[in-house]
Amino acid sequence: MVLSFLNCTSSQTRHRPLTHSSLSSIHSTGRPLISSAACILQPEDKEQKGGGDIAVRTVFFFLPLPTMASAQAMPISVWEKLTEAPEDAILGVTVAYNKDPNPVKLNLGVGAYRTDEGKPLVLEVVRQAEARLVADRSRYKEYLPIVGLAAFNKLSKELAFGADHPAVVANRITTVQGLSGTGSLRVGAEFMGQHYHTPIIYVPVPTWGNHNKIFPKAGLKVQSYRYYDPATRGLNFTGMMEDLKAAPDGAIILLHVCAHNPTGVDPLPEQWDAIRQLIRAKGQFPFFDSAYQGFASGDLDADAYALRSFAADGGELALAQSYAKNMGLYGERVGALSMVCATAAAAKLVEGQLKLVIRPMYSSPPLHGAAIVATVLSEEKLLHDWKAELKGMADRIIEMRHKLYDALLQRGTPGDWTHILKQIGMFTFTGLTKPQVDFMREKYHVYMTGDGRISMAGLSTATVPHLVNAIDDAVRNIA
Amino acid sequence: MTDRLRATSSSGIGCKGKERVAAIAGHICPIAGGPGDREGDRGGGGGGGEVSRFDEVSLLAAMASEEVHCAPISAWAKLAQAPEDPILGVTVAYNRDPNPVKLNLGVGAYRTDEGKPYVLHVVRRAEAALVGDRSRNKEYLPIVGLAAFNKLSRALAFGADHPAVLSNRIATVQCLSGTGSLRVGAEFMAQHYHTPVIYVPVPTWGNHNKVFPKAGLKLLTYRYYDPATRGLNFAGMIDDLQAAPDGAVILLHACAHNPTGVDPLPEQWDAIRQVIRAKRQLPFFDSAYQGFASGDLDVDAYSLRSFAADGGEMALAQSFAKNMGLYGERVGALSMVCATPEAARLVEGQLKLVIRPMYSSPPLHGAAIVATVLGDEKLFQEWKVELKGMADRIIDMREKLYQALVARGTPGNWTHILKQIGMFTFTGLNKTQVDFMREKYHVYMTGDGRISMAGLSTSTVPRLANAIDDAVRNVA
Repeated sequence: MVLSFLNCTSSQTRHRPLTHSSLSSIHSTGRPLISSAACILQPEDKEQKGGGDIAVRTVFFFLPLPTMASAQAMPISVWEKLTEAPEDAILGVTVAYNKDPNPVKLNLGVGAYRTDEGKPLVLEVVRQAEARLVADRSRYKEYLPIVGLAAFNKLSKELAFGADHPAVVANRITTVQGLSGTGSLRVGAEFMGQHYHTPIIYVPVPTWGNHNKIFPKAGLKVQSYRYYDPATRGLNFTGMMEDLKAAPDGAIILLHVCAHNPTGVDPLPEQWDAIRQLIRAKGQFPFFDSAYQGFASGDLDADAYALRSFAADGGELALAQSYAKNMGLYGERVGALSMVCATAAAAKLVEGQLKLVIRPMYSSPPLHGAAIVATVLSEEKLLHDWKAELKGMADRIIEMRHKLYDALLQRGTPGDWTHILKQIGMFTFTGLTKPQVDFMREKYHVYMTGDGRISMAGLSTATVPHLVNAIDDAVRNIA
Repeated sequence: MTDRLRATSSSGIGCKGKERVAAIAGHICPIAGGPGDREGDRGGGGGGGEVSRFDEVSLLAAMASEEVHCAPISAWAKLAQAPEDPILGVTVAYNRDPNPVKLNLGVGAYRTDEGKPYVLHVVRRAEAALVGDRSRNKEYLPIVGLAAFNKLSRALAFGADHPAVLSNRIATVQCLSGTGSLRVGAEFMAQHYHTPVIYVPVPTWGNHNKVFPKAGLKLLTYRYYDPATRGLNFAGMIDDLQAAPDGAVILLHACAHNPTGVDPLPEQWDAIRQVIRAKRQLPFFDSAYQGFASGDLDVDAYSLRSFAADGGEMALAQSFAKNMGLYGERVGALSMVCATPEAARLVEGQLKLVIRPMYSSPPLHGAAIVATVLGDEKLFQEWKVELKGMADRIIDMREKLYQALVARGTPGNWTHILKQIGMFTFTGLNKTQVDFMREKYHVYMTGDGRISMAGLSTSTVPRLANAIDDAVRNVA
């Protein structure tokens, strides 16, 4: 056994062939033969090349000859030196929440809508569209084109920009189906990483955590611009303008269309106009992230103001659009990337190149969610009903803001809590510190992201009191 | 000049015009790409938009009008025209063809004998049950996907009783069909594997050659197909694997090799495995046709399971596009068979770091369908019957095409049509003949002469046989 082992590990390997009987002995013991194990499992670790080999040989040379029963080498994996991956900062909150056995736990982590009963919600229009699609036996499951479902792309473009928007009418926008917001950002960024002359993207501070992961992976250098002012819990408009001005001409600028995540702080329309003029003057390239159209004010068009004004000034831009929240299609991964170009010809060129990004990533996007969206957006009644349901969700969130604010006021909790009312969208950036966040989790089993962001969508009338107790205790007793 | 610009900028040109003027005064055109190409050759817009580009006369003339327009210059104006995908492009061309008797033998999507796409009965039933269940919601899946789906996919590929499965040594994550599984696995390897070089067979599925470089793996090849025999160049394959570096990644088609339909025999698989293990190379299996090769799911998994049983490590990209007809739903799984459960756990954590910045989490619908079918004994059995039905029809088409060519006395040896395995026949037709058949007969196939048997039907075999016969006799 030892002899054949040494043969195995020498570089001029004359391996002992594994016969069928040795295969079956593998099956029966479930363990590899020691000689073949050593052959198979010796890692070619460059750093350890000489030393590793010698160390193993030495160890085995002095061991008693193993029998078949104990023929279990310490199996060595080529992956054993991998580092422990940290849990995702946002999704990890739900992981921790799920592990918590306490019956009164509250998950205010990830931005998924909950009813006032604390339940996930599948929109009625979605159920109707889905039922109809699935019952239609004339429908197939053939591959979509690389760019996705054409009807979906057209309707998504129109939802974002407006069907009559000059850029839409002029055919200057190429829209491809993407895997929700994340997938659309990644495809757009990877395209830019390859083809844009200034592959640097400026993101607001703070921004959605995953932005800082997507853009480097896509080949873009990430820089930042000032955005949130902790002192006012509002927009640091001057700082933002200064930083955009100081950024290089031609750089890419990431902008949240509305309901900024995580702060809930949005520029006013006049501020958007100034931001736009500066960006255009510097030839910078706006990349919009739209995950909450319809959730900010409850009105789809009002929420798209920033996007549409940029798209109307003749300049170019990119848009990553998600249906996860406003159509409650989270897990179906439905979104779109739109590239607004100066000319229809450029839009055509861009589309061709986007396909070269998508094909080696996942070939073509998933059918089901896009078909649901296309069904809802293309039918007058479903579209109308959707808007009502969307407004219902937005209104409930606003109601939670009021309830939470009133309750804190009534409790006399120290501090100014008006930002709860002023902030826009699904989240409240509470201003709670990390120790306070941890305290609330440990004592009250209230879960939120470490930056103090709470999902208002996860609150209900019944759970507001518990949250208030937790905040009050934290603010009074924890630094 | 500048003074006049500044003076004009405060007059009533309108918001848009003012911006333009201000921008021009600042020597930057707002629409142009910016301060010049990065390396002089990026697809950026026309350089720095220097004022010299706009002569003074036209500038002043433009400013005199209500709206000042720069000639729109796109940041993308210099992009190259992207070539059409060689495989998917066949269907694009087919769709454009107005001829009523056109025949699409391009992409590997199953068709019935009536030439129609096919949604499996078990899929329709599973889907109806899922959608009718109002207790279900559409919440985000975990980054690694639907747990039940992962477990069942692993069991399908390796066998529920496989030692590697029982010892918890396999990390399985849901991905977007085969392509997505390959890309996630390859991106992980490029980042963490000590020898980020992958060897692919010649020929291989065209998209392999795109996926791996994008993921960061260096791409090399090993001999595989022998045009002389239309079979496996086994000696060449073994030689090239031997010559390849120790520790390299080796791409292997689990069965029904695409595009050639040529698979190693079990004894040959054993020898291949021994070479790979002796050289501590990392096998990366692509399994898109389990159940389609022989009609038997377990038989088709022989190579896969023998590698996973010898204690060594490997990766598997598994697709449900064809064998469950879920093409457009993008359902697949990446399995990493590791030496220890601890390594599998570490791998899973790192795979999540690849997936999250790519698309956060995978799509729910298709995975739920698969989990329903595989998790229900009755549906599972019915699925196997439907799958065998599809595999048998393909084999029937092989027979019919072969007989049709024999009946015409078409020159050449056509037995490879019978011998090749899976959805495709690598006809041996050359590019000129392929083009001829498209132009004269409106028969569409990929440029390498690969035809999808799944796209043939009893009624279209004669037409194809005529086209082949004509091409072989009259076109070099």
